[in-house]
Amino acid sequence: MPEIVATTPGLFPLPDWAKDELSDLKGHQKTDLISGDEGDEITDAYERARDEVVSLQSDAGLDRISEGQLRWDDMLAHPLAVHDSVETRGIVRYYDNNNFYREPVVTDDLTADGDVAAELDAAAELVDSGLQAVLPGPYSLADLATDEHYGDEAAFLDAVADFLVGEVEQFPDVETLFLLEPSLVESPPEDGADERASEAIDAVANAVDAEVVTHTYWGPIEEKTYAHLMDADVDAIGFDLVSDHEKNVYNVQEYGTKDAVALGVVDGQNTRVESPETIRDRVDWFEQQTNTAYDTVYATTNTETFYLPVNKFEDKIQSLANAAALEATEADQ
Amino acid sequence: MTGPREQFRPEDHENEHFLLTTVVGSYPKPKWHDRARELFEDETADFGEEEWEESKDDASRLITHEHERCGIDVVCDGEMRRNEMVEYFAHRIDGYEFNGRVKVWGHNYFDKPSVADEVEYGEQWLVEEFEFTDEVAERPVKVPITGPYTLANWSFNEVYDSEEQLAYELADLVNEEIEALVEAGARYIQIDEPALATTPDDHAIVGECLERIVDEIPDDVRLGLHVCYGDYSRIYPEILDYPVHEYDLELANGNYEQLDVFKDHEFTKDFAMGVLDAHTAEVESVEEIKENIKKGLEVVPPERLTVSPDCGVKLLPREIARGKMENMVQAAREVEQELDAGEIEVVADSGAEASADD
Repeated sequence: MPEIVATTPGLFPLPDWAKDELSDLKGHQKTDLISGDEGDEITDAYERARDEVVSLQSDAGLDRISEGQLRWDDMLAHPLAVHDSVETRGIVRYYDNNNFYREPVVTDDLTADGDVAAELDAAAELVDSGLQAVLPGPYSLADLATDEHYGDEAAFLDAVADFLVGEVEQFPDVETLFLLEPSLVESPPEDGADERASEAIDAVANAVDAEVVTHTYWGPIEEKTYAHLMDADVDAIGFDLVSDHEKNVYNVQEYGTKDAVALGVVDGQNTRVESPETIRDRVDWFEQQTNTAYDTVYATTNTETFYLPVNKFEDKIQSLANAAALEATEADQ
Repeated sequence: MTGPREQFRPEDHENEHFLLTTVVGSYPKPKWHDRARELFEDETADFGEEEWEESKDDASRLITHEHERCGIDVVCDGEMRRNEMVEYFAHRIDGYEFNGRVKVWGHNYFDKPSVADEVEYGEQWLVEEFEFTDEVAERPVKVPITGPYTLANWSFNEVYDSEEQLAYELADLVNEEIEALVEAGARYIQIDEPALATTPDDHAIVGECLERIVDEIPDDVRLGLHVCYGDYSRIYPEILDYPVHEYDLELANGNYEQLDVFKDHEFTKDFAMGVLDAHTAEVESVEEIKENIKKGLEVVPPERLTVSPDCGVKLLPREIARGKMENMVQAAREVEQELDAGEIEVVADSGAEASADD
């Protein structure tokens, strides 16, 4: 039996009181979104919200505790959106969702700025063990941004990877790093770019002394992209079994995977709550289909969780924690 | 001008050219109206159904007249009775339940409903809103209604096998509502399908929804489709096949970077172009809006150009929204005068006619 580690890809919904308080403090226009140098009142509200979501995860019994990324108004584009060398322009759609972020346009050198590291430092104060960092993977972050400085796609991807390396180097001790790479699925790299994407992920993964999971979602990874991704020195690749389990399993059957695996077995975008037994069934199904004994299975929601109302988000992380705690015999029944 | 559009030209319109000015729908609610809702929702307050109805009527009358004072040709009541574009309808459709707010962007949230049982037509949706607005308005009234695809896509679907199936079920309910609206006298209906921009590959599903919606709707009813904040190259020109007269599209927010999409293939229907950014709290100058309107004339001739904001303006401060509306109308009238005087060269070909039967 593998160790089942109950976790999430982060980017939680704000507690309802924080939605109200922060919208009063910040406003509703595109110029009102997080700046990276917000004042005391806003910082204080986020600290209280962070405290709450950390406790929520501990109380539910999740094995990895995320900072929650509650400040990430621009979702995965956040680390660039608050950067000094980046201008934010019109609001643009976040993948194929009814969500929007400010288009980050890179106009100068992307130096490390420590924004995400500072959040993790604050979370580290609250978490005894199992702290998990979350970052956009370099391919997705480059995909969400516009480059007006580096000039070509390869140079820009390298610069984004270097920037993330700089961030990661400032992190406090973390158990796990989730690198979220939905763009590998949503706008798959072309020939050549797929190898570079894998190398960029490799660079970020090698900069941290933690288990690194490259998590993908909104469908299966294309075969060639997956084959290249397997070359990256990460500890696990994450698959969205909610949106497409067959094709993801096929990739693993065909190309293998790492010793550990992350499985998106709970729908981060639907309020129907999966039972712990269903979650375990899905994990077992994947193991059987791929005929592999994994060291570790990260059981997670397929996507970020800010799409959910708070009550269902709480129910789902509770289900994940309970699924990991189920005795194997119980789960098999 | 062709088709069911001519009926909206005001009798006292001074220019020979007529650029139909209208709004997309929502408008900032007066603070007292928000306060009234809070009181109505507060069980301890001495503020009941009757007072809340009065507040809605007052707000609806006020904003309808505010649109008229701005000079807008086809008005609506700024959706003073609606809280949100999906929630409002979901509350009236059996089968929906609510669990709490979810993020759209920044600190803008909506109470995204879950379809927890089969959907059925419950209480009326918009007929009372239309009848009231039509009675207080001097100008023709447009009815914005959220389309079935968006109602499906912006809900959590816990019941149906696919979102497509849910969308078709909802399309039949929207058809029922539009038939009732037409019966009540509505002649300009805008179907809002912003979700189409999020999932452009589903344009055929939206097309099938629209076919169900227009079933048995008379030809003299003008039908528009509003889509916003997406990559239009992924849905255009395919959407031209839809059974509607007009497409209302957001373009000012992106500084018209997508305008060329509509020039590559002839725009064969009416073009309602966003000439104001709905998410910047600065009033665009008349000159700036005139330049925006002229961009629309690169796509369609004047008789097929409708002038409107990018999207609903409810998130703006009210005085900013009003300033934008006033400048938009003035800009449209000045462009009409320049067209009358032959000072503007119209690039677009006027060959095509707008018809819902195309």
